[in-house]
Amino acid sequence: MDVAIIGIGIHPFGRTPARTGLQQGAVAARLALKDAGVEWRDIEFAFGGSASAGNADALGNELGLTGIPFINVANGCATGGSSLMSAYNAIKSGAHDIGLVAGFDKHDRGAFNADPAAWGLGQWYGELGLMMTTQFFAMKIQRYMHDYGISESTLAKVAEKAFINGALNPNAWRRQPVAAEEIANSTMVSNPLTKYMFCSPSEGGVALVLCRADKAKAYCAKPVYLKSAVLKSRRYGSFEVFAPSQALQQVDGPTVDASRAAFEMAGVGPGDIDVAQLQDTESGAEIMHMAENGFCEHGEQEQLIQSGATHIGGSLPINTDGGCLANGEPIGASGLRQVYENVLQLRGDAGDHQVPGNPRLGYTHVYGAPGISAVTILQR
Amino acid sequence: MSQQLPIAEGLFTWPAKQPALLASRCNSCGIASFPVAESCMACSGQDVSVEALPTRGILWTWTVQQFMPKAPYHSGETAETFRPYGVGYLELPGGVRVEGRLTESDPQKLRIGMEMEVVFDTWRTEPNGDEIIGFFFKPVA
Repeated sequence: MDVAIIGIGIHPFGRTPARTGLQQGAVAARLALKDAGVEWRDIEFAFGGSASAGNADALGNELGLTGIPFINVANGCATGGSSLMSAYNAIKSGAHDIGLVAGFDKHDRGAFNADPAAWGLGQWYGELGLMMTTQFFAMKIQRYMHDYGISESTLAKVAEKAFINGALNPNAWRRQPVAAEEIANSTMVSNPLTKYMFCSPSEGGVALVLCRADKAKAYCAKPVYLKSAVLKSRRYGSFEVFAPSQALQQVDGPTVDASRAAFEMAGVGPGDIDVAQLQDTESGAEIMHMAENGFCEHGEQEQLIQSGATHIGGSLPINTDGGCLANGEPIGASGLRQVYENVLQLRGDAGDHQVPGNPRLGYTHVYGAPGISAVTILQR
Repeated sequence: MSQQLPIAEGLFTWPAKQPALLASRCNSCGIASFPVAESCMACSGQDVSVEALPTRGILWTWTVQQFMPKAPYHSGETAETFRPYGVGYLELPGGVRVEGRLTESDPQKLRIGMEMEVVFDTWRTEPNGDEIIGFFFKPVA
């Protein structure tokens, strides 16, 4: 049984002091239900998660207590992707016909601070100042630039494009374009990455209604089909965040593994994808993830990005809603935001940030600590 | 009387004339891991030995942490006294690539491939005068 997305809802990303994270999730859920033309009582199951804003199951207090199985998902940055994969399997298996996936969050200002014990690490690792996701991404792109000839100008171009797209997206947080030169010259955070090259923890909520593909048209004139939803964790030898040591011999990371599996499951290849949302917690991540997801060879990003290929009108539009850089990262909601954006794109409803040419296939990818990746492929 | 204490037991030999970081090495597949683990994350083997890692290696990648991390960062610094610090992975031949703080924080003086040595020094001083010893990577002059 194939699976379709028939309803989508979003609470704008950024900072909303008047609403809790849970309330932002409830706003998104109500919008998704309305979009699908169904009531909460029609929903047979739900998966949801947040990292800092409480149990997603508490959405029942907002939406109504209907007795359905509601499973809380906690999987770091891949929380949304994990919820979606779980819902996909619940429908694909035939266990349920229609369900809801929700993700929301509300984080404090400033960089994330992780507890070493929660990741199986000694307290010393945090005490010495090594347990910073920002450091990992900086060190990964530093090595990547050395190995594949990516320039600092290209790092700035990625962020510049994100803010251009964010300005076109009414639900984005950062809605002012920032010139590449200003990005490159902004405060250095973790060399070679400056302040504007990093996303910030933020707030927001996203919900999706999924159902059996054969019933989708009954609810929705423009259903979008979930051709694959894959989650992978790291194998020994991949270079990952929160790692006091790493292997001398490197192997492909979870993004490469998840991407290959997702393409195989969907029966399509990278060249078939019309629009992609790739994890861009900082601008180096987007560059590396282009190759890790199979969209180019290592090093080709330099020319692709400098020539504008990843802009909305380019040959491979990436992060058309502004990505994490312009939306910030509410951990529980971030991966589902990518799916929301692709559904808009495939429906042709993305407005000012619509990719031209009637896109047919959309791709999403998230990466998270301590080395997990979730990928989806959507088709209209 | 104040003492010199390692930041964590079993992380490196201490006290020792020539201290070294400690790794576990899998007796089945030969893979080394830092810090010491009771099993091998490469092959799941549980037969591991503890060994001292080489004290010199090559800088594999690096960055400079420009802002002061939140807790659990525990250096004794305040927002006013915080100084940016280098972080990198040092490739120790025959062992692993170990992540650590660098004694150098000037980006102009750091480059991938440079030789560094592992040094052990006071990380912070506790209110009772005890010195907490950490490990650092220092460019070889």
